[in-house]
Amino acid sequence: MRNNRSERMTDLTELGVAALRDGVASGAFTATEVASAFNAAVEAAQGALNAFIVTTPDAALAAAGKVDAARAAGQPLGKMAGVPIGMKDLFATKGVQTTAASKILEGFVPPYESTVSQKLWDAGAGMLGKLNLDQFAMGSSNETSGFGNVISPWRKGDDTTPLAPGGSSGGSSAAVAARIAPAATGTDTGGSIRQPAAFTGISGIKPTYGRCSRWGVVAFASSLDQAGPMARDVRDCAIMLEAMAGFDPKDSTSLDLAVPAWEAGLNADMRGKKVGIPREYRVDGLDADVAKSWEDGIAWLKDAGAEIVDISLPHTKYALPTYYIIAPAEASSNLARYDGVRYGLRDLPDGANLQEMYAATRAAGFGDEVKRRILIGTYVLSAGFYDAYYTQAQKVRALIAQDFAKAFETVDVILTPTAPSAAFALGQKSTDPVEMYLNDVFSVPASLAGLPAMSVPAGLSRDGLPLGLHVIGRPLDEQGVLNASLALEQRAQFSAKPGKWW
Amino acid sequence: MSSYRIQGATGEWEVVIGLEVHAQITTQAKLFSGSATAFGAEPNTQVSLVDAAMPGMLPVPNRECIRQAVRTGMAIDAQINTWSRFDRKNYFYADLPQGYQISQLYHPLVGEGSIEIALDDKNPDAGTKVIGIERIHVEQDAGKLMHDQHPTMSYVDLNRSGVALMEIVSRPDMTSPAEAGAYLTKLRQILRYVGSCDGNMDQGSMRADVNVSVRRAGEPLGTRTETKNVNSVRFVMAAIEHEASRQVDVLEAGGKIVQETRLFDPGTGTTRSMRSKEDAHDYRYFPDPDLLPLVLDQAFLDECRASLPELPDAKRTRYTDVLGLSAYNAAVLTADVDTAAWFETLITASAAKQGKDEAAVAKQAANWLTSELFGALNKLGKGLEDSPVSPTSAAELLALIGDGTISGSIAKQVLEKMLETGDGAAAIVEREGLKQTTDTGAIEAAVDAVLAANADKVEQYRGGKEALFGFFVGQTMKAMAGKGNPQLVNQVLKAKLG
Repeated sequence: MRNNRSERMTDLTELGVAALRDGVASGAFTATEVASAFNAAVEAAQGALNAFIVTTPDAALAAAGKVDAARAAGQPLGKMAGVPIGMKDLFATKGVQTTAASKILEGFVPPYESTVSQKLWDAGAGMLGKLNLDQFAMGSSNETSGFGNVISPWRKGDDTTPLAPGGSSGGSSAAVAARIAPAATGTDTGGSIRQPAAFTGISGIKPTYGRCSRWGVVAFASSLDQAGPMARDVRDCAIMLEAMAGFDPKDSTSLDLAVPAWEAGLNADMRGKKVGIPREYRVDGLDADVAKSWEDGIAWLKDAGAEIVDISLPHTKYALPTYYIIAPAEASSNLARYDGVRYGLRDLPDGANLQEMYAATRAAGFGDEVKRRILIGTYVLSAGFYDAYYTQAQKVRALIAQDFAKAFETVDVILTPTAPSAAFALGQKSTDPVEMYLNDVFSVPASLAGLPAMSVPAGLSRDGLPLGLHVIGRPLDEQGVLNASLALEQRAQFSAKPGKWW
Repeated sequence: MSSYRIQGATGEWEVVIGLEVHAQITTQAKLFSGSATAFGAEPNTQVSLVDAAMPGMLPVPNRECIRQAVRTGMAIDAQINTWSRFDRKNYFYADLPQGYQISQLYHPLVGEGSIEIALDDKNPDAGTKVIGIERIHVEQDAGKLMHDQHPTMSYVDLNRSGVALMEIVSRPDMTSPAEAGAYLTKLRQILRYVGSCDGNMDQGSMRADVNVSVRRAGEPLGTRTETKNVNSVRFVMAAIEHEASRQVDVLEAGGKIVQETRLFDPGTGTTRSMRSKEDAHDYRYFPDPDLLPLVLDQAFLDECRASLPELPDAKRTRYTDVLGLSAYNAAVLTADVDTAAWFETLITASAAKQGKDEAAVAKQAANWLTSELFGALNKLGKGLEDSPVSPTSAAELLALIGDGTISGSIAKQVLEKMLETGDGAAAIVEREGLKQTTDTGAIEAAVDAVLAANADKVEQYRGGKEALFGFFVGQTMKAMAGKGNPQLVNQVLKAKLG
């Protein structure tokens, strides 16, 4: 009996969002059983993966209890009813520590709940815990966290070298890939949903800028930050994005539009659709595995009925430098509020005045990468440099958006690789910031243009590590992105998962 | 006053003055949060999560603040920019929770406008001068540090943090302390008419940064200094006087004016250096990425314009041209929006009571208000806002004068009683028996008695000393305790004296 139950609980953690939601709704299992199963999986993996900064098993059980009671009472259930999820620790959660993975916010417990997390709870989801990330979402390997690296559940065969889960949503990607959460929230500023999804063999979508409210999400770069779901497959992402999206009058940049029924609209038939292949993404020395998976993706979409079109996005090469001006500029200002005056860390050396308190607090509280970006951002905004950097970057950003707008006059979606390589080992790139920044080369342009973009698993590299394909769509056309991604997913037949070594 | 010059040891100097006025927008809520804005509330009781810059909080523009700034712009005939944008001004200070102030550097809401000042408000013939206004932008106020609450620490009060301000930037068009004073007074008057700022300088709702430079006639502009946060018209004028003389002294001694920020000390009437340009912050202005550009549609602009009240200049012109008031009375009655409102309620009520149109009663009402009521209130140490006599009860008094029930001099007594007791004019007249006598028999009797008692003067009058007529009027009125109808008294006297 006991053995049966344990097996059944293991089975539950194999299920994704749709299956859990449907199973809870049909009574195949209870939400409480689901929450318990994932709570146990989280606990078992935490020491090895460090995916969470705090775990909240009681919150998961409480949410599940409510869903079970609602079902028993015959009440209608929400879109995410009975699905426990991981919450990236960039979202403020009322009564639960929220740190952005920075020591400067250690111990900070918000008296408010972010709009996106509240929508998920309202839809019946429960919280397994707050997921680790790169500090203030700045990083591509989760190595900048103030609370330790997240270890990818993936390994290169028998090689035990710890691999990067990607970043900044590295806790999210690791948790979903390791089957310790069926889904997780991510945020994406320059690729922070898509690159970690690619690194860990899961799906993740960054919706159009403005679809998800930024209210209550610790800001990195306001004009780029977007929340989105990370889950096992395209359908799960569609379900969760429906629950997360929607107009929020508390966010001036939020789009006042109805949320489409993305799950109901899923359709992998690509006949009559045109897929653009941007020639500028065929960079010199592109990783052979990545190049091959891109070719696979092209073949799959052709197979799904799409017409493949060569396109040009001429300003692509300026995207990365543009991003690394705009994002740090906004960050340098957004992070000024962490000053030791009102909340979070305060380092007050003996006899220090206000300026010295600021300096000591921020020196002690921020990690190196955060400091680097604050310095870059402060520099590019300073008198005498502003026009050469920030103004110029804004102009180039407009040109990049124009490139896409022009391409979308012809094509419906654009297909590229998600990242230039499969996951790398922890420590491999952390000493060279520019090398690290190059990881975002394929994901950043869509961020600058505010476009919806998704990564889906395409297969494995020769080393047995996941590779992702990247679909970029027109503004507000999440449906087109999801559909093309679904066509890829159906043909990739990606079923690999990390062996459970923890 | 336009010929204001400073007499230096080496000759004459001109002064060039520009003002940046910060006016707190009168609204229930802050510029980017729903927090209240009450003055004098307990520290940190008017603070939202946004005002305290908690992680993940976002600003949302308050429509009413924008509306008031637009209406203000319209009131100074300024260009309204239908596309404007908010910028962040970055600096660290404990009263600035976000680490930046949201302001508008590059694309302000309101562009070029102007206001006209009277060169001498005592003398309507002295002419006017147009002072250019470069721009009005909206921005957040900061909080307040309190240094006197603890021996070693400073406290922060965020009640003002995020309160909406208009920064109204003039052109350097003023050339004397008096012009600057007149500009500030006029600006305050307009703001109070529009209702966009209460103009309470002593509560900090309105304060000025004063830019001053000096030059010899005909020379290019000198280096300016900026004296921050001066909070009364008188102090602004004092700061300019002091700062201009100081600059002349420095220049005549062979020194140079340093571009710097200075502070005004109301105690000594002097300014002192706060920080020089070398210490000036690099504010790293850039467009606030949390906010979309502010785009105003025609319906919004139409509503703003339609909701503008009659403005001071137009009102003053109407008072003289339509209501027939003297230029002096028109100026006095339009100086403050509340006075004008009081006056207009009075003439509406008077016209109704006397069955005449407003123009027919306005002059009487204006004269009575400026000479009788103001004087009486002044004696009581009260203003119009706490007058015990309301416009409607004043209208009742004016009607009694108008229909001859009481004379002007009796009206003075009645007003005194009204202020004292709060009773209505008619009731007082009735109770005290102050009604004017129109009984010609009684008047004739009184006149006969006066003429009989002053036979010698009657002789003199008839002998050609016509100035004595007034004496007979006075004596008759005295005999009738002031209640004789003056016209009838005149008639009867004229008849009897032949």
